[in-house]
Amino acid sequence: MSSRTETMPVFPDLSRVSRVDEVGVEERVARFQKRSIKKESKVHALRLALSMMDLTTLEGQDTAGKVRQLCYKGRHLHDAYPDLPHVAAICVYPSLVRVAKQALAGSGINVASVATAFPSGQSSRKVKLADTTFAVSEGADEIDMVISRGEFLQGEYAYVFDEIAAVKEACNEAHLKVILETGELSTLDNIRRASVLAMHAGADFIKTSTGKVQPAATMQVTLVMLQAIRDYYMETGRVVGMKPAGGIATAKLAIQYLVMLRETLGKTWLTPTWFRFGASRLANDVLMQLVKERSGAYQSLDYFSKD
Amino acid sequence: MGTTEHAKQPVPAEAGSGAGKRLPILKTYKLYIGGKFPRTESGRYFTARAPNGTALANLCLSSRKDFREAVVAARAAVEKWSNATAYLRGQILYRIAEMLEGRRAQFVSELVAQGSTETDATAEVDASIDRLVYYAGWTDKFQQIFSCVNPVSTSHFNFSVCEPTGVVGIVAPEADGLLGLVSNLAPAIAGGNTCIVLASNTRPLCAVTLAEVLHAADVPGGVVNILTGTRDELSAQFASHMDVNAVILCSSDAAEIQATQIKAADNLKRTIVRQSSDWSAPEHQSPYLILDTQEIKTTWHPIGS
Repeated sequence: MSSRTETMPVFPDLSRVSRVDEVGVEERVARFQKRSIKKESKVHALRLALSMMDLTTLEGQDTAGKVRQLCYKGRHLHDAYPDLPHVAAICVYPSLVRVAKQALAGSGINVASVATAFPSGQSSRKVKLADTTFAVSEGADEIDMVISRGEFLQGEYAYVFDEIAAVKEACNEAHLKVILETGELSTLDNIRRASVLAMHAGADFIKTSTGKVQPAATMQVTLVMLQAIRDYYMETGRVVGMKPAGGIATAKLAIQYLVMLRETLGKTWLTPTWFRFGASRLANDVLMQLVKERSGAYQSLDYFSKD
Repeated sequence: MGTTEHAKQPVPAEAGSGAGKRLPILKTYKLYIGGKFPRTESGRYFTARAPNGTALANLCLSSRKDFREAVVAARAAVEKWSNATAYLRGQILYRIAEMLEGRRAQFVSELVAQGSTETDATAEVDASIDRLVYYAGWTDKFQQIFSCVNPVSTSHFNFSVCEPTGVVGIVAPEADGLLGLVSNLAPAIAGGNTCIVLASNTRPLCAVTLAEVLHAADVPGGVVNILTGTRDELSAQFASHMDVNAVILCSSDAAEIQATQIKAADNLKRTIVRQSSDWSAPEHQSPYLILDTQEIKTTWHPIGS
């Protein structure tokens, strides 16, 4: 798993980051949405989407009970349908990592925790690092950090870079996902630049959004980030993962993301190791589609567990 | 939709000299889903014909995916519509009647084009308007009649009240394109349900025009969804969709009724079969038709000791 390099991360030459052709991105995305997916491939894609899911609950009202229930859902997505994969990870706040870790023992499902003053990231470096260390010490396998969008937007790229590198170090063996919060970065050029910055600073994954800001993940934004991952891979040979999060609520949309992933980065990334969906509502829609493919009848949420 | 032969086109008026004859604008009949007027996702159309075979218009031949979209819209609308005050629902139903009254001529001409006589068509439109007003009046009264306080031997205050069933699928009757539809639609929405209606396949024009009336009458998007297409393709979907809570099937075909009942059993859908040769008959206007798509909830409330 660990792709950590022993060498110090090196600040990238941002002037070399190519500009994003917005019209081209729109056209490319429109094409991904028109692919015709036949039934067999669809079922395969839906199962893959389930296995790539980071089942998420990030609410102020979360309790240990709620998290345990979500963990149960992650392990038993829909017992009426045998042989379903389990989800990739359960994503919670640091204070609930221990609960999730216990509930998931022996299941092969990772515990992901948001950290670094999620969702705004407006705190001191010291607090953010302590937040990360706490989540890791509680047993988190993956850390989802947010970047300081304020610093990024006023051009303090070195600050953001150092921060990511420092959090990466605090993560130890835990995987680091860097949330760019694309809804606040305003342009595709900024998103591309932030992606490059995060990858050079040591991110194992780059992630679109916290889910707390609109717009969250869109296909346009995800495409730009996937292209950044591809170019980074060409340049350095290191594979970086991608996690669109927020707003992906339907099975149809999830399949379109998978098509985009396959056609932009190729088969290597078509695994939960390198691609994740951050979602709270998506799982049930995917399950409803899978059951529909088998029974022939469209399904109702009444017959699927809420979390 | 291309050029369609069109009966009963308005007489083209002469435009200014030298400009030639005015080309009449043909209406495109679309679906009504979630408060919007989309075309069918399948891209298929069928031609509605007058009894003598003249083409009247092209309409969307809905697919099961259109139906699925309609159910999603109807489900999303349930919470708000069922929680709206009875008073508001009554106002909106009355508003539909008002808007329908304002477009009487159009409905009459559509019915005539589809084979009714002028007298019958006028009577059908009038009866439809009156029926809407009738159910508008019932929205805040049927609960009092159908709810009750039950005597029990324990120290409980025990009462039963009506709650809407939820999403109701309506396969509208083939005859009486307007009145048949309104007679089944009005009691369902008066009771707080949301609907997906499959319009008459042979007399579909009024259904789509009614959608425009509903839209203009402040009926919230998704409360009524109207599809045009064939029963052969869609009635099985109405019966089998797990997120539909009740289906009203207007049919006298024993095989169709049986097939619907069997499929509906999967999620214990309430199946209501209605048949009639005359939808203007008094039995098609009754608070008991509201009760058809209501569930009775009984509450045991502890009191004293």
